[in-house]
Amino acid sequence: MNEDVAVKVGKYEFNSRLFVGTGKYDTFELMRDSLAASGTELVTFVVRRVNIDKPDEESLLDYVDREKYTWLPNTAGCKTVDEVVRTAYLSREAAKSDLIKVEVIPDPETLLPDVVGSIEATKVLADEGFTVMTYTTGDPIIAGKLIDAGAAAVMPLASPIGSGQGFVDYTYINIIIKRYGGVVPIVVDAGLGVPSDAAQAMELGADAVLINTAIAKANNPIKMAQAMKLGVEAGRMAFLAGRMEKKQFASASTPTEGMVK
Amino acid sequence: MDNKSEKLINIKVNGDEKSVPEGMNVDELLDYFKVKKQAAVVEHNRKVLRQKENKDVQVLEGDVIEIVRFVGGG
Repeated sequence: MNEDVAVKVGKYEFNSRLFVGTGKYDTFELMRDSLAASGTELVTFVVRRVNIDKPDEESLLDYVDREKYTWLPNTAGCKTVDEVVRTAYLSREAAKSDLIKVEVIPDPETLLPDVVGSIEATKVLADEGFTVMTYTTGDPIIAGKLIDAGAAAVMPLASPIGSGQGFVDYTYINIIIKRYGGVVPIVVDAGLGVPSDAAQAMELGADAVLINTAIAKANNPIKMAQAMKLGVEAGRMAFLAGRMEKKQFASASTPTEGMVK
Repeated sequence: MDNKSEKLINIKVNGDEKSVPEGMNVDELLDYFKVKKQAAVVEHNRKVLRQKENKDVQVLEGDVIEIVRFVGGG
């Protein structure tokens, strides 16, 4: 890790290439300990209405130490550009930060991003001075348009949110990384299930991954967070090491000269 | 709370109709609902308020108010 550079999102820098979500944990304590085990430096969460009838409910922020983690508010649940922009303004005030993850997700069955809306929301918010990280599909054309709209990071999904399927087909994410990997960070987000998925993303050349369900819904989230940390590190190290060429046919590892006949 | 009176006004808070005493500012409204103010942000008639502005904004009849805070999510 000493030979690597930090991943830069706008003016923000992170040495850990594992970003973590805060949803679906059984308890705040478990979430807090899982975040610590993951070694993450960037944690994401969302604004929701306060329950006026139960105002004493514990606050998530009591468990996400601002000294240790950069806060990344997201717009999960927003279906339209208008909702995303409203949520972003609320989040900016609540977090006192311009960092925002834009998710425009109108369809509850697929949780696919509305890419047209995402481009629009990205432009509106980037023009207002937000540092926008945009959740998207694995479409390189959309990735290019998001960057033109001002996205500080592009976050293509590996597979459906919360599905743990890992990569279904990384053909096009590969192209996004090759075309835009040097322009803005490419952060694989959604659907990663096990550390080998995270390692695979990093081996392809992704700059980082964002993981939530795979950790929160593991039998032992703290242990899984630790495993994900190692998976991301291994994958990144392999990418920097430069993999061997894949060959169609066998190629002996041992010389045939000097064999006793 | 110098101007707080017995008269009630109708406002909308987080989608629900509420009757609250007339004469409060937003900061006092948060106290009225016992909301933890440090973590809460208010949208008043579609305008997001800076937290330090809360005490400068009066709550009037018909106001539409959203009070939010951060929760877990990806």
